[in-house]
Amino acid sequence: MAVRTRTGLVLARMLQALPTIAGVIVVTFVMTRMLPGDPAVYFAGPMATPESIAEIRHQLGLDRSLFEQFWVYLGDLARGDLGMSLVAGGPVTEEIMRRLPASMELTMFGLAFALGVALPLGVLAATRPNSWVDHLCRLIVTLGVSLPTFFTGLLLIYVFYYLAGIAPAPVGRLDFITPPPPHLTGFYTFDALIAGQFATFWGALTQLVLPAVSLGVFALAPIARMTRGAMLQVLSSDFIRAARAAGLKPRTVLVTYAFRNALLPVLTTVGIVFSFMLGANVLVEKVFAWPGLGSFALEALVASDYASIQGFVLTMTMMFVVLNLIIDILYTLVDRRLEVSG
Amino acid sequence: MLINRRNVLTGSAAVAALPLLRIMPAAAGTPGDVLIVALGDFPNSLDIHRKGSNRPSYMTSMMLYDRLVGFGVKTNADGSATYDASVITPELAESWEIAADGKSITFHIRKDATFAGGRSVTAQDVKWSFDRAVGVGGFPPAQMRAGLMAGPDQFVVVDDHTFRVDFPKPSKLSLPDIAVPIPFVLDSELVKKNATTEDPWGREFVYKNHAGGGAYLVESYEPGQQITLTRNENWKSGPKPPLKRVVLRQVPSSATRRALIERGDVDINFNVPAKDAKEMAAAGGNVVIAGGPIANSIHGVALNYKYKPLDNLLVRQAISHVIPYEQIFEAAAYGRGTKLYGATWADGKSPSIAWPQAFPYSTDVDKARALMKEAGIDGFETEIGFNLSLAHWMEPTALLIQEGLAKIGIKASINKVPGANWRTLALIEKKVPINLTNFGGWLNYGEYYAFFQYRAESMFNSSSYRNEEVERLIVETLHMPVDDPQHDPNVRRLIDIVAADVPMIPLYQPYLDVAMQPGVKGYVSQYHRQLDARPIAKG
Amino acid sequence: MTSFGRHFRYVMSENPVTAVALGMVGLLTFAAVFGTVLAPYDPIATDTARALQPPSGSHWFGTDNLGRDVFSRVLAATRLDLGIAVAAVALSLVIGSVLGVLSGSFGGWLDRIVGRIMDTIMAFPLFVLAMGIVAALGNTIENVVYATALINLPFYTRVARAEAAVRRNAGYVEAARLAGNSEARLVAVHIFPMILPPLMVQISLNLGWAILNAAGLSFIGLGVRPPSPEWGIMVAEGASFIISGQWWLALMPGAVLMFAVLAFNLLGDGMRDLVDPRQRT
Repeated sequence: MAVRTRTGLVLARMLQALPTIAGVIVVTFVMTRMLPGDPAVYFAGPMATPESIAEIRHQLGLDRSLFEQFWVYLGDLARGDLGMSLVAGGPVTEEIMRRLPASMELTMFGLAFALGVALPLGVLAATRPNSWVDHLCRLIVTLGVSLPTFFTGLLLIYVFYYLAGIAPAPVGRLDFITPPPPHLTGFYTFDALIAGQFATFWGALTQLVLPAVSLGVFALAPIARMTRGAMLQVLSSDFIRAARAAGLKPRTVLVTYAFRNALLPVLTTVGIVFSFMLGANVLVEKVFAWPGLGSFALEALVASDYASIQGFVLTMTMMFVVLNLIIDILYTLVDRRLEVSG
Repeated sequence: MLINRRNVLTGSAAVAALPLLRIMPAAAGTPGDVLIVALGDFPNSLDIHRKGSNRPSYMTSMMLYDRLVGFGVKTNADGSATYDASVITPELAESWEIAADGKSITFHIRKDATFAGGRSVTAQDVKWSFDRAVGVGGFPPAQMRAGLMAGPDQFVVVDDHTFRVDFPKPSKLSLPDIAVPIPFVLDSELVKKNATTEDPWGREFVYKNHAGGGAYLVESYEPGQQITLTRNENWKSGPKPPLKRVVLRQVPSSATRRALIERGDVDINFNVPAKDAKEMAAAGGNVVIAGGPIANSIHGVALNYKYKPLDNLLVRQAISHVIPYEQIFEAAAYGRGTKLYGATWADGKSPSIAWPQAFPYSTDVDKARALMKEAGIDGFETEIGFNLSLAHWMEPTALLIQEGLAKIGIKASINKVPGANWRTLALIEKKVPINLTNFGGWLNYGEYYAFFQYRAESMFNSSSYRNEEVERLIVETLHMPVDDPQHDPNVRRLIDIVAADVPMIPLYQPYLDVAMQPGVKGYVSQYHRQLDARPIAKG
Repeated sequence: MTSFGRHFRYVMSENPVTAVALGMVGLLTFAAVFGTVLAPYDPIATDTARALQPPSGSHWFGTDNLGRDVFSRVLAATRLDLGIAVAAVALSLVIGSVLGVLSGSFGGWLDRIVGRIMDTIMAFPLFVLAMGIVAALGNTIENVVYATALINLPFYTRVARAEAAVRRNAGYVEAARLAGNSEARLVAVHIFPMILPPLMVQISLNLGWAILNAAGLSFIGLGVRPPSPEWGIMVAEGASFIISGQWWLALMPGAVLMFAVLAFNLLGDGMRDLVDPRQRT
């Protein structure tokens, strides 16, 4: 019987990710090279002559063959150089590192909101299948997933800021007057808390509410649906029946045994949801003036800023790969079946 | 204002508000001292000589740096203020003389001007800055060339506070070209200290750091998000700005910007879309709309000769009579513009050299049909292309034009071209048959506009138009002084020709609309289409 | 009555929501097919004098900023949006399930290559990939369909592959193999049909998602071209009118969009109950 250690599994997973990353690099390169527009024209500025444009194109190395450009790109990548960003006017790496915490904070809060609402809803629906509660839960989450993310955002701004005046102005991570907290992680809520700046913490938190909800509303449905489905499956399984028969309290059965085992497929869904959120960031950040990677990508797309788009996609991909790895690791921790057979 | 809203959120916040007040940063300044501006397009660089600097960067450049001279201000009939192209005012230069032969200008730099670090401004700094303007690649040297400034040998240091510019020939464009944002004055010593052999002009340094002595200093700079400026108390080159701090904040969504100004969370919402401007102006109340025509600027339809039968004069004339001008003015401009159609010209000649001016085209479908018949063309297929980033006015315009063209049998498809591709497709390759144009020049002369829109080898000539007489007239008139007896007749002849040839159909001169809180005073509409906060006060 | 019919009746009566969803989908299909005929006004005709009128007796959904009747546009958009969604999902369903079954049944290098390709696609944040594809290939409806189909491909491939791999060595398949059937025939006749039911469940989510994907692309300017009416583009354009109080431009197409996505989602849930009774407890 072969012993498959957990470490071995993790390492194997990591190795498996390498070809994927290679594929991503190639696909991104090809895709961004196909984008319309000519960065040389953009760089040369208004009133440029065809000669100065050609000169700039040569400077940027865009007049070399695609293969040559790709090799240059790989070399740069190995040195951690993602090129110069047209829209930011500086190195892509610098811009990405600056904006990454903004997007991550938003996505985390969005995910927290989605999980906080969808998990209980899913469990609730599973415990009373086909009842009106079940159908109501289904309706609520399905409504959430039926609206475009940007529309939800605009609607929330209109209702809670414009009409009711409860929400703060959707101008980004902080209002105009409050300076950002001393930089630690880049997560304003966390950094402000650590620095003891409670006003800043509160400010950052209230700015997060509407965009996080807009982002999370869409994720309610897959999570709730999967939770419900997984719970239903688990609740109808033999070992739950045995646990019930053994006289364990319903709450223990539900939380300790059923939910634990239902977590596995839910985890996978979280992974997919996260992927969606990384993309939906683009829409939410535009509506809420959030200075994250999503708005960066949008600006870059409009300007055909190859380097920025490449950098953006690569960053997102790496984050996703890392997340999947984490999920895989959690999987092995939570799945008792693997333990038993190992 | 902000604290009150937080109170509403939870009851406990009311109790918590007291310690919050103590924690609030003391340097926030009273609201009356700070100007908060919401912008859709945000500066991406503090150095407008740097490649890839966008147009909003001109705004910060005007406030952070001085130029030798500036433009004056004129008050219009309705009380609004616009820059005055005919009046040059001193800025860093307290006086200047134009040589008798017109081939040089000598500037006297004020002796009390200093840079932010305390160093005195000298003519050497000015020369180095002018050298930089013509030495970096891209747009700046092109703009300098419009004023006949092409090389560093034209810039002469006479002594520490006297600076001279030599020209190959006299031109009315030279002095105005020194007032535009491009030739700004940097602290050459500071920049040279931070320059490298690969980067002799210090662009890496200047795009993130302030190396000047303008009316404002940089208090904080969060690229892509917010720039906070503080008044330079040692500024001598102009009247002291009333406001101590200016906060420039990026807010990409125009709907959000509108909500902000209507709720009073910002002082200025700059460059408001025409629809919002019209509605806010009508609603009155707590928002004031200051809007004025953008100088030398036309929203128009260019017809590309490369695509038959658009090269047929009768066809172009027919098109000029089938465009629904009024509808476009309502649907695209929402009335925020100056109409450039429907003029009656006595014996077919333009009445003045004013530019832009209304052309004698109007919607007359019968006339259009007659013209098509005369041309012997039943109908044809073509394409209307527009720049997606300007869809707010270009899209409704394109749709209405499509409808109009259908009435004379022209079947036009619509091509929505992404902004990044637009310049290449429409201007460089000139591959768009019917394209919407929005060119506007910085120096407010008709011949300057013609240089860019109607000259055969100009990039902005998306009609592929070529007329020998127009070429000759432009070359003759561009640098000719305004009081030359030949000047006005030349310009009027230019206008007559392009009106008769119909390479481009003007629709309207767009407004630049700014929404402000009622207390905000002193706004001056500028040719560079950016906000100059220096004269602004809050009442 | 056939056993399927009896089963169907039973499920419908047990799940009124599913019955309603079926009705909703039916209504949508009807609108898609007959919408252009039934529309009271020409969806493209502009009338700037009548711009921005709120819903009334003559204009049920009001008029937009160019004076076009919103109700007619929403009806006309039904065909386009449903068409995009169905085309995209059908494309990825067919290609994905074929690829998945083949790689699940035969394994080996085919499995590895297909797996790698799917991994690469799934490594991208979905919407970003769609953005990139449409931006790179061009702003057409076909490219929106292809982009949406490509993004959903890994999903179907994985499910199909998993199901096929499970059934590859199932008892009845072994029996058929022993009986002398070729591998190809096994795949086509015995494995393929059995994987369809679990796949159906994903279709509902994807149909709704395809429409929303197109809406998102329109919001950032990549998508359907004017003046074709499409729900997403109408919501995107109408969004900037919300703040000035003209809610109907965005809300009406948004409500219909939600109606459609809701219908597909609820229907998908119902289908799961139909094909996999084990899920019903």
